[in-house]
Amino acid sequence: MEWESVIGLEIHAQLLTKSKIFSGAPTQFGAEPNTQACAIDLGMPGVLPVLNREVVTMALKFGLGIQAEITRKSVFARKNYFYPDLPKGYQISQYELPVVGTGHLDVTLDDGKEMRITIIRAHLEEDAGKSLHEDFLDLSGIDLNRAGTPLLEIVSAPDMRSAKEAVAYLKTVHALVRYLDICDGNMQEGSFRCDANVSVRPKGQSKLGTRTELKNINSFRFVERAINYEIERQIAILESGGTITQETRLYNPDKNETRPMRSKEEANDYRYFPDPDLLPLIITDEMLEQAQRNMPELPYQKRDRFMKDYGLSAYDANILISNRDLADYFETVVKQTEGQAKLAANWIISELLGALNRNDLEITQCPIPAAQLAKLVKRIHDNTISGKIAKTVFEALWNEKRDVDEIIEKQGLKQVSDTSTIEKMIDQVLAANQEKVIEYRSGKDKLFGYFIGLLMKESQGKLNPQQLNEILKKKLQG
Amino acid sequence: MLKTIAELSQALQSKKISSLELTQFYLKRIKELDQDLNCFITVTEEQALAAAKTADQKIAAGQAGRLTGIPIAQKDIFCTKGIKTTCGSKMLHNFTAPYDATVVAKLNAAGTVMLGKTNMDEFAMGSSNENSHFGPVKNPWDKNCVPGGSSGGSAAAVAAGLVPGATGTDTGGSIRQPAALCGITGIKPTYGRVSRYGMIAFASSLDQGGPFARSAEDTALLLNAMAGFDEHDSTSVDRPIPDYTATLNNSIQGLRIGLPKEYFEGLNPEIAKKLEEARHEYEKLGAQFKEITLPNMNLSIPAYYVIAPAECSSNLARYDGVRYGYRCENPKNLEDLYKRTRSEGFGNEVKRRIMIGTYVLSAGYYDAYYLKAQKIRRLIRDDFVNAFQSVDIIMSPTAPSTAFKFGEKTKDPLSMYLSDIYTISTNLAGLPGISIPAGFNSHLPIGLQLVGNYFEEARLLNVAHAYQTVTDWHTRMPESK
Repeated sequence: MEWESVIGLEIHAQLLTKSKIFSGAPTQFGAEPNTQACAIDLGMPGVLPVLNREVVTMALKFGLGIQAEITRKSVFARKNYFYPDLPKGYQISQYELPVVGTGHLDVTLDDGKEMRITIIRAHLEEDAGKSLHEDFLDLSGIDLNRAGTPLLEIVSAPDMRSAKEAVAYLKTVHALVRYLDICDGNMQEGSFRCDANVSVRPKGQSKLGTRTELKNINSFRFVERAINYEIERQIAILESGGTITQETRLYNPDKNETRPMRSKEEANDYRYFPDPDLLPLIITDEMLEQAQRNMPELPYQKRDRFMKDYGLSAYDANILISNRDLADYFETVVKQTEGQAKLAANWIISELLGALNRNDLEITQCPIPAAQLAKLVKRIHDNTISGKIAKTVFEALWNEKRDVDEIIEKQGLKQVSDTSTIEKMIDQVLAANQEKVIEYRSGKDKLFGYFIGLLMKESQGKLNPQQLNEILKKKLQG
Repeated sequence: MLKTIAELSQALQSKKISSLELTQFYLKRIKELDQDLNCFITVTEEQALAAAKTADQKIAAGQAGRLTGIPIAQKDIFCTKGIKTTCGSKMLHNFTAPYDATVVAKLNAAGTVMLGKTNMDEFAMGSSNENSHFGPVKNPWDKNCVPGGSSGGSAAAVAAGLVPGATGTDTGGSIRQPAALCGITGIKPTYGRVSRYGMIAFASSLDQGGPFARSAEDTALLLNAMAGFDEHDSTSVDRPIPDYTATLNNSIQGLRIGLPKEYFEGLNPEIAKKLEEARHEYEKLGAQFKEITLPNMNLSIPAYYVIAPAECSSNLARYDGVRYGYRCENPKNLEDLYKRTRSEGFGNEVKRRIMIGTYVLSAGYYDAYYLKAQKIRRLIRDDFVNAFQSVDIIMSPTAPSTAFKFGEKTKDPLSMYLSDIYTISTNLAGLPGISIPAGFNSHLPIGLQLVGNYFEEARLLNVAHAYQTVTDWHTRMPESK
């Protein structure tokens, strides 16, 4: 039987506020345990939450970014359950009335195809703390630094049909929150994380299969692997006549498998009800207009502009805008190369991204400053060096972090464009290879490349290739 | 020295007495009388004497306000920095608050001298003070009787002259009912008028702090210091606070007072008689009476006992033995920690309400209970809004009976819940209400309740004060010992 997988994602984006969603405590990552939790985060008797207005602005930006309906009167509710890292015994979240209603995102897949993913809702909530199960012998430690950190939970419709589509969607949301500057997108630190709802059904069937929810997937790669593992697991069960249990499963990246979480935690009845400590969140026209005014250029808008202004292909533009920092890097380079956009795009996409990938670095960690890459592009454009030599310069730049001109100068990589020098070298080479010259002249055209090779080797690749071609052709014709 | 706050304030300002003398006087009374009455959970003698000295310096420097140097007591539901804050519960028997509640900070800033923390029903759940982990409070008028609750310690302390003023909280009548049973004045302001920050939550949408004192004038003085918007409480309301003492002596000529007929059906005849007498006093002052109807009044107790427990079940989830407060010994695992900590740390009434609340919020029951109760709440509110179209004040008894005997209602929670039948609906509507002494049935005080429109505390206090200028019930005191 042919199977179809159905995937929906719940993304938790930690909002980039200085303080927590309901208290004034700082949100910085990596501080000593329990140093960033105030009486409110600790759930002390008598404390009350006060909404951080900044999170509302951020949620509105996201809502506008996915063309969503904005709920003018949304409500914070309490989700009640007991856990040691949940100090109040309930999480404040939005339940029936989320601030961001239904919207959508257009996602470009690897093969260039576009698909539209519906985002059912996005709501504000507070994060819980962390339970630390190591280093305490038989006990567990509780770190409440993260408790009360603002989250935007972004819930997609089950619109995706493969792990690849899910990853493409996840990356698109990631790019969007980075563009909006509402989340740092750091998956390792957990400030951008995702749960995946996965089910399979026979192809052609409209009814959805029983789903499982995958948790603990903290990189794009793991999302793809975890979903693929889960799809295969479910198909194997169904094909052997079994049924899928609706449950939450944890992904283990070391073993590349998913395992059920303790089923007890599943039996929770969260007893949601409106939080009486918080008034309904009212979004006024003014707030909406202000958010609209503060909207940055969105990824798809940037892509269209790159294609129009710089003449880039859709493919190249999509790569460059996939990450706001990369797009910024590209534009910085272009600005300093007097409009050599295509050349700059080529160098960034083929050389720079390749090197970053090989070294597992983000664009923000790139050892080559945009100004140096711009200089490199300029030197190629003004024929100071050839494209081939440029790769040598690029490597030196990557490794030594020096100035492009200095590298060219010191390593003597400047292109030779002086006609008499080139002629002299050609004469020498031809004189030393009389037989081959005769062969060539008797019709063996292929030897042209042989001479080029010899000359480039002799000159260490520095001869201006165009000039070399022309002059060599002339000389060989005799 | 057993005078009103207004009188003591004058004596302090005119330096007839120092705050230190006053504080020592009341501390001495507490030492003598409170072993028996049990009004205080914690007496903060040392801090009180230090605060009194500071107050005296302020008075000497001419920087005193009207409350500077006045001894008060805080209900043990208000967090006090560095001082034990138990909420009447074993769960918090060892809890020292790391911060001051806004009400505490405001009263401190006004120069009052806190003598200690008063006894109360555990987590403010109860109408007799019999639910305190620290033992019941005795009614100073009859030590076989309850003082009412939940703010029984504060009410009894003021009635017995252990302190001239005290704070309370009122979720379903917890200021007004003990004020009535102890023969003193107590006002529950409009929901949102007094900050709830640092006031340990029972039912967040109903809880409201307010003062107790002998007279309406004294509660006005205290409310001046307590009221106001607080950026730490999203449900507090940002609107100006009038000087509640400024309008106390306004004429009430032409005041329209409504008598809700539902409140008088089957009313205890002695209480009815006292209300009738009060009516005559008011008529002499120029007020006009009118019968009104609050048709959904009979639904207030059922609605309240869905909403309040629902909120309490969630508000009290934080007491889990993990971070502070009581923790069971040698928990085997997490579940054992939760189960035993909460079984051992909470008393029966609290557990009963947590269970009711958990039930009414459960999947499948939410609509039938919680949502329906919220709809009833809206109807009750609308009843009051309609009533206030034609009257300025609503008058009723505060409680259906005078103080009852210990143990009389503990076996039957429903009869206990009915103690608040006249007070609960104002909490559901969020309206301000005041209870003032209106006479006695044999030796036990009877309370009169006045309910005003939203944020009309000034008018309420004016009307209460008018009555107290022509009667002396509020000046009566029980015999000491």
